[in-house]
Amino acid sequence: MFAKAIPWIRLSIGSFLFFSVTAKADWDVNMRPGVTEVSHQVYDLHMIIFWICVVIGVVVFGIMFWSIIAHRKSLGAKPATFHESTTIEIIWTAIPFAILIGMAVPATSALINIYDPSESDLDIKVTGYQWKWHYDYLEEEIGFFSNLNTSPDEIYNRAEKNDHYLLEVDEPLVVPINKKVRFLVTANDVIHSWWVPEIAVKKDAIPGFVNEAWTIIPEPGVYRGQCAELCGKDHGFMPIVVEAKTQEDYDAWLAERQAAAARERELRDKVWTLEELMERGQKVYASNCAACHNADGSGIPPAFPALKGSPVATGPIEAHLNVVLNGRPGTYMAAFGPQLSPVELAAVITYERNAWGNSKGDMIQPIDIANRQAAE
Amino acid sequence: MATNMPGDKKAMKPAKLLAVVLGMFCFGFLLVPLYDVICDVTGLNGKTGDQYVLTEALDVDESRWVTVQFSTSNNADMPWSFAPSEVKMRVRPGEMHETYFIAKNITGQRMVAQAVPSVAPFSVAQYLHKTECFCFNQQVLEAGESIQMPLKFFVDPEIPGRVSKLTLTYTLFNLPEVAANL
Amino acid sequence: MSAVLESQDHSYDHHGPAKGWRRWVYTTNHKDIGTLYLWFSFIMFLVGGSMALVIRAELFEPGLQIVEPEFFNQMTTMHGLIMVFGAVMPAFVGLANWLIPMMIGAPDMALPRMNNLSFWILPFAFLLLLSTLFMEGGAPNFGWTFYAPLSTTYAPPSVTYFIFGVHIMGASSIMGAINIIATILNLRTPQMTLMKMPLFVWTWLITAYLLIAVMPVLAGVVTMMLMDIHFGTSFFSAAGGGDPVLFQHVFWFFGHPEVYIMILPAFGVVSQIIPTFSRKPLFGYTSMVYATASIAFLSFIVWAHHMFTVGMPLAGELFFMYATMLIAVPTGVKVFNWVATMFRGALTFETPMLYAIAFVILFTIGGFSGLMLAIAPVDFQYHDTYFVVAHFHYVLVPGAIFGIFAGVYYWLPKWCGNMYDEKLGKLHFWLSFVGMNMTFFPMHFVGLAGMPRRIPDYALQFADFNQISSVGAFIFGTTQLLFLFIVIKTIVSGRKATAEVWDNPEGLEWTVPSPAPYHTFSTPPDMK
Repeated sequence: MFAKAIPWIRLSIGSFLFFSVTAKADWDVNMRPGVTEVSHQVYDLHMIIFWICVVIGVVVFGIMFWSIIAHRKSLGAKPATFHESTTIEIIWTAIPFAILIGMAVPATSALINIYDPSESDLDIKVTGYQWKWHYDYLEEEIGFFSNLNTSPDEIYNRAEKNDHYLLEVDEPLVVPINKKVRFLVTANDVIHSWWVPEIAVKKDAIPGFVNEAWTIIPEPGVYRGQCAELCGKDHGFMPIVVEAKTQEDYDAWLAERQAAAARERELRDKVWTLEELMERGQKVYASNCAACHNADGSGIPPAFPALKGSPVATGPIEAHLNVVLNGRPGTYMAAFGPQLSPVELAAVITYERNAWGNSKGDMIQPIDIANRQAAE
Repeated sequence: MATNMPGDKKAMKPAKLLAVVLGMFCFGFLLVPLYDVICDVTGLNGKTGDQYVLTEALDVDESRWVTVQFSTSNNADMPWSFAPSEVKMRVRPGEMHETYFIAKNITGQRMVAQAVPSVAPFSVAQYLHKTECFCFNQQVLEAGESIQMPLKFFVDPEIPGRVSKLTLTYTLFNLPEVAANL
Repeated sequence: MSAVLESQDHSYDHHGPAKGWRRWVYTTNHKDIGTLYLWFSFIMFLVGGSMALVIRAELFEPGLQIVEPEFFNQMTTMHGLIMVFGAVMPAFVGLANWLIPMMIGAPDMALPRMNNLSFWILPFAFLLLLSTLFMEGGAPNFGWTFYAPLSTTYAPPSVTYFIFGVHIMGASSIMGAINIIATILNLRTPQMTLMKMPLFVWTWLITAYLLIAVMPVLAGVVTMMLMDIHFGTSFFSAAGGGDPVLFQHVFWFFGHPEVYIMILPAFGVVSQIIPTFSRKPLFGYTSMVYATASIAFLSFIVWAHHMFTVGMPLAGELFFMYATMLIAVPTGVKVFNWVATMFRGALTFETPMLYAIAFVILFTIGGFSGLMLAIAPVDFQYHDTYFVVAHFHYVLVPGAIFGIFAGVYYWLPKWCGNMYDEKLGKLHFWLSFVGMNMTFFPMHFVGLAGMPRRIPDYALQFADFNQISSVGAFIFGTTQLLFLFIVIKTIVSGRKATAEVWDNPEGLEWTVPSPAPYHTFSTPPDMK
């Protein structure tokens, strides 16, 4: 019904109200079937129940509108006096009950399928942070953060919005196709919810508890989703991107990932110049700090203090490092020590001390942070 | 019927209703232990229950393997490094095993931590028995101190056959000194 | 409100209302208190509605234009809290105050002083809540469902004001409920047995029991939050052995009956109005009573359907899915009964009837989406999307709010003695009807297409339907100023209404003159 009605809706609404209709917008009116077996099953169930509701609606509203049209006083209708019938009451209790049983059967089998505990090929721990996701490939021993990749300029309407506005990340989650991937979903701070509509997976991420979900993606592609549980200020800005690759592509990606981790260790040991640290630091700042402290370091006081000219960013470097590494318990400031690599930490601290008019001119080397973390 | 009630009986009505109100308020708090009991019995939310006291020798099920994965998380405000010594073990149900986790306080001050275990899938949480676990106690580490924290466990031979893999995750929480002293 | 002067019986007015502000502050008269409740709820409706318009203005286009995400979250939270606790609930208590004593032939509420107290603590609760908007750190920003730990460890300092405000609202609701139960059970005119009570009285009796059962649980859960925040307990923190999911269980144990608290009295209102304008007795009175009672009972065992994605065992999901689907049966019976009442009647379509018909149709649509949401595997796709927002606005706006509008138009002539302007009433109806559907129907589409709720900015594919929603919201919002105008116009200058007002309506309230005298039924009336 909906599908056929679309052109009509577009015409009537479009011509009555002169909206500045965004070219990229579409008029999706229904759930998408998605790509996995489970998502198709869920979609079919959705459609069955939708049509049952439509049929019931047509019958009930049909009788009602017929009464409205035919039994109006202005047409001289004389009211009947009946006001009860046990038979009818029993009938219209029993029929809905039977319909419900009819709905419950496919729903139950779909649910049992979703709860299938059979062994998985790949286990990925998904951790929700305010406001980003972290993915840990448990047995492959790699892990990384996935941050929103949309620029503040697009969000604040200073630049044209791209096709994947708010649904793009710097590091997508990469999985192989046709493998059972198990997601272990948890959170670092508040409750989040990991949702990718195309694979029909939505699981709440709860701090201290680990939830489980799984999928088998049959075809390569990029599948986008968002956090679905209100988790604070940037709840709307922590998207999820899942990239499904063929086994060979996945293996290549994995090897590259592991090599990159080795390179990161090398980078840690070299001596960086101020310029190099500033350049890297700006990127780290943009994906980890700018959400609260703003791209220009102005913050959103009082919850998120300004860094520009702040006593920490312009004070002793030791104290600055301490705040970034360990956070400030009881405030929004998280401990970034476990989240960022020594290179990233050194870069972002150096950046904060030398950007936006902060001009300490000092810097800290990644190796110093690494040694400190190892020695203490 | 109602209007013929004697006066004193009538006055009881709001008193009874107030009693219901107070009862429901207490019931609100009663939901806390009630929920814990339900979680322990059903394994809801992956709670693994308290220390398991072994009363008799175990029958080891030699016919099958179960993979136990270990993983760790740090809650916000918890800067320690914290990792399992091995990411997975293949075990026979009923066989006692031992492993350990490594925690290190990389900050410059003394801190108190509490590790909270969670098992996925939830439905089998009650089949993972811990006879010795660091999660039963708070962990105090001085600045820069590190520690190996032991875990002794076995998988119950009664574990449903459909389940061949379970993941034990510890989340490390920073306990403020106030809460730690309670 | 010069009601007293027209009283035909001198025993009615031996003490009339006090003059000036004292009348309203000291009043123990159910009609005055009902009026206070209704005006209060309308003010809150406008305040909460303005917040909704801030939300819709921000969502008019992708990108951040008007407010920052931090403030946006405060708006969604405050909108929800104010509409639920400030607009819908007090409005129904107002209707109950005005009508229950008149419908059962009682001289007043059973506990008039408590009645005064239960109203007069409300404005303070909402002053506390609204004052948080001006505090450092801002107002509560964790959604009206205030899930821990976002509302405990990560909450702004103002959360303590919010908790105290909720305590006061809860105390007010509990006192109101006790009063209503005591009145209905003790003060009915002798011939009125329980099964002869008007349905509005029945639905309120059941609602009052729900209130007494769950408002203390709400008080309990906010008290636990308070202790977690200030006294070092760990009810909702895994660190100390607690559990954030426990919060959701306790909250929804309150929350699900709460949504029926907001709809059952509307069922009652509609069950009074449809027979009057169909000129035919209500079909299936007895089954209506039983259906209401079973809905109330079921509301206690379905709470976890709000939490399907939280990670429950299969057996739990199945139980809550089946129990939730079961609610469709008694709800269906009610809808069928209303339709059967209209069937072969002699219908006229005055404003109350228009609202009642819209109620039946649109509430049923909300019921359908509710049924879809009950199906756990599909709910994984719907949960926390705009589909849910569309669903609960369909049951709350054309459900609760239209029910209240219908009731006000229906009984306003009885309250103030003047007829409202029928043309303006119909205009108000049609503008509300169009605005409401335009606002909330497209939300089904964006929800199914994958737009999560409570986000200040969204991906481009949701842009068009959001624009339509926003335009609809402004139509619906501004239309409510027309309602204010209509009510004031009726009070000051309407055409005089007869005692019966409508064409042979049923009920004791129509046997007293219009406007209803300050004191009615000093002696129990005879039922025809």
